[in-house]
Amino acid sequence: MREMIVNELTQATQGLVRNFAHFLSRLLVMLLIVLVGWVIAHVARRILRSILYLVKFDRLSENTGAAQLLSKAALPSSTELLSRFVFWVTWLGFVLLGVSSLGIVGLQAHAAKFFLFLPRVFVALLFLFVGLLAANFFSRSALLWGVNADLPSPRLLSAAVRILIIIFTGSAVFEELGLAEGTVRLAFGIVLAAGMLAIAIAFGLGGQHLARQLLEERFGRDPKDGNKREKDLSPL
Amino acid sequence: MTEESILTDEFLRQLINVGEADILVGVPTYNNAATVGQVVQTIRAGLLKCFPRERAVIVNADGGSTDGTQDLVRGVSVNDQRYVSDLPALRTLHCISAKYEGGPAAGAALRSILAAAELLRASACAVIAGDSTNLESEWIERLLRPVYRDAIDLVMPLYRRHKFDGLLVRTLIYPMTRALYGKRIKEPYAAEFAFSGRLGSHFLGEEVWQNDAGREGSEICLTVAAMTGEFRLAQTYLGSKSHVDSRSADLVTALRQTVGALFWSLEANLETWSSSHDSHAVPLLNAGPELTVEPLRVNRKRLHRMFCSGVTELDPVLRTTLSAGTLAELQRIAGLAEDDFRYSDELWIRTVYEFAFSYHKSVISRDHILQALAPLYRGKTYTFLIENRDASGEEVDRNVERLCMAFERLKPLLVELWK
Repeated sequence: MREMIVNELTQATQGLVRNFAHFLSRLLVMLLIVLVGWVIAHVARRILRSILYLVKFDRLSENTGAAQLLSKAALPSSTELLSRFVFWVTWLGFVLLGVSSLGIVGLQAHAAKFFLFLPRVFVALLFLFVGLLAANFFSRSALLWGVNADLPSPRLLSAAVRILIIIFTGSAVFEELGLAEGTVRLAFGIVLAAGMLAIAIAFGLGGQHLARQLLEERFGRDPKDGNKREKDLSPL
Repeated sequence: MTEESILTDEFLRQLINVGEADILVGVPTYNNAATVGQVVQTIRAGLLKCFPRERAVIVNADGGSTDGTQDLVRGVSVNDQRYVSDLPALRTLHCISAKYEGGPAAGAALRSILAAAELLRASACAVIAGDSTNLESEWIERLLRPVYRDAIDLVMPLYRRHKFDGLLVRTLIYPMTRALYGKRIKEPYAAEFAFSGRLGSHFLGEEVWQNDAGREGSEICLTVAAMTGEFRLAQTYLGSKSHVDSRSADLVTALRQTVGALFWSLEANLETWSSSHDSHAVPLLNAGPELTVEPLRVNRKRLHRMFCSGVTELDPVLRTTLSAGTLAELQRIAGLAEDDFRYSDELWIRTVYEFAFSYHKSVISRDHILQALAPLYRGKTYTFLIENRDASGEEVDRNVERLCMAFERLKPLLVELWK
């Protein structure tokens, strides 16, 4: 009886030690993968940064207005941001690969899910970036147009354009990520419809004179205020 | 790029039928049915009167008119034999009309005319706006004779116009081109001008056509090319300019066509403008009264209001294009009452130079930079109107000269910014 107990204990201890040894070796493999991943991610970041500097990506970013947007958001330059993004995504990929090498069933499933989800995250981030750029560009266009057309509230117009594009971008991002698709779609529809209705009512009530002026200018009748006189003063 | 790739097949076919020409007059049009018939008749009369022995051709480059402009041009070439029957036509005077590719654009029209001139080996060329209402047959001689007989490469016009007309030219384009490139051409952006085949071919080969400056402001780029190259320049007095230049119906469009192209030229000619220090007069071949001073009602209040609201509303845009000191000064004067408001020459020049630098650096979209300049220009226009309200033509000239000298004196600011 005593021998049996000792045997069982010995076997259990041996099993534990064996399992621990297995786990330790897997842990070491995981740490190695994470370390190698860090090195690869670091190298990838440096290579990408050099390429982006070579192709003058920052200049392109300035031209499109992205640099100003990032600066406003207290973020680093677009080259730096993209390099960091690539570093973290690469390293995170290796970390998850390492975790899956531990052989823990639940974690493996989550890691697999993450890898499947990654392309959608990429696309969503791209949507977000392009959407914010578009919002910035078109809101500035609206502001300048409003000022030069002598509209009463150009900033309001500019803000409306920005918000509309951001809402649209947000809904596209959520849809891409598959988060609360139905709710987001419904909310977007409601906001868009409400916005259009508000604009129509506001223009109908408050913009009668502007509408008349625009139509008169379009169809050739003289506007009643002094606009015509300034046009006669040819700048060229 | 060869002429064949610039011109359409239809254009080429008509040019090949012409053969070679000594003189070419280009008429860019787009829906100018109301004026183009008279313009072409006047050009023909001018050519037959002054150049009866030369091989001449009128080339109408059309941007795709839908009002029958091209039919009118072709019709004139048949019908006006009666109109000019008393003139000694010793050579066939060709008149062709063809569409150019890419829709209506001043740059594409000029490029087609330049390509046609090169293909026909024309030694003297002129461009006459299809919507000109004041064209006289003498203008053809005044523009083309110096090029054809005296080997001048570019003849720019001087017009008789109201002292408050063309203020963008007098407060920015002329002073800045003069300060930068050292040549005093009073109308660097004109609807009528003449140039030699040599200058035309040189300009046709430049890279300007690949960007917005070439597409929208090719005329001013041609002037700059003549100023910066080894070309002989002259000015000639023509007469009254059409009161409203259709090319400038919209201020922002006018800024794109002129200021945009001028700012762009800074990058291509850095060595030339950064090393030149003073300006030289360009010979004036015919003189005439340039400014008229009859009373003109202008809505000054609106100009002032649009300047003030522009400075306030565009604060985020102006912060990216102007230095803190310049912006603070603009904000200060925007807060002044109409009677106390004055946009000084020095502040205006600093504004323009800083805008030019921001355009170079592309701190935001270049088109947005040009649009942001519009309300500031309105402020300068307001000050010009107030300062010259009772001024005679000579006094206005003196004030413009003072502004030009200030542009030249402050040019080191621009050089410093560029460094």
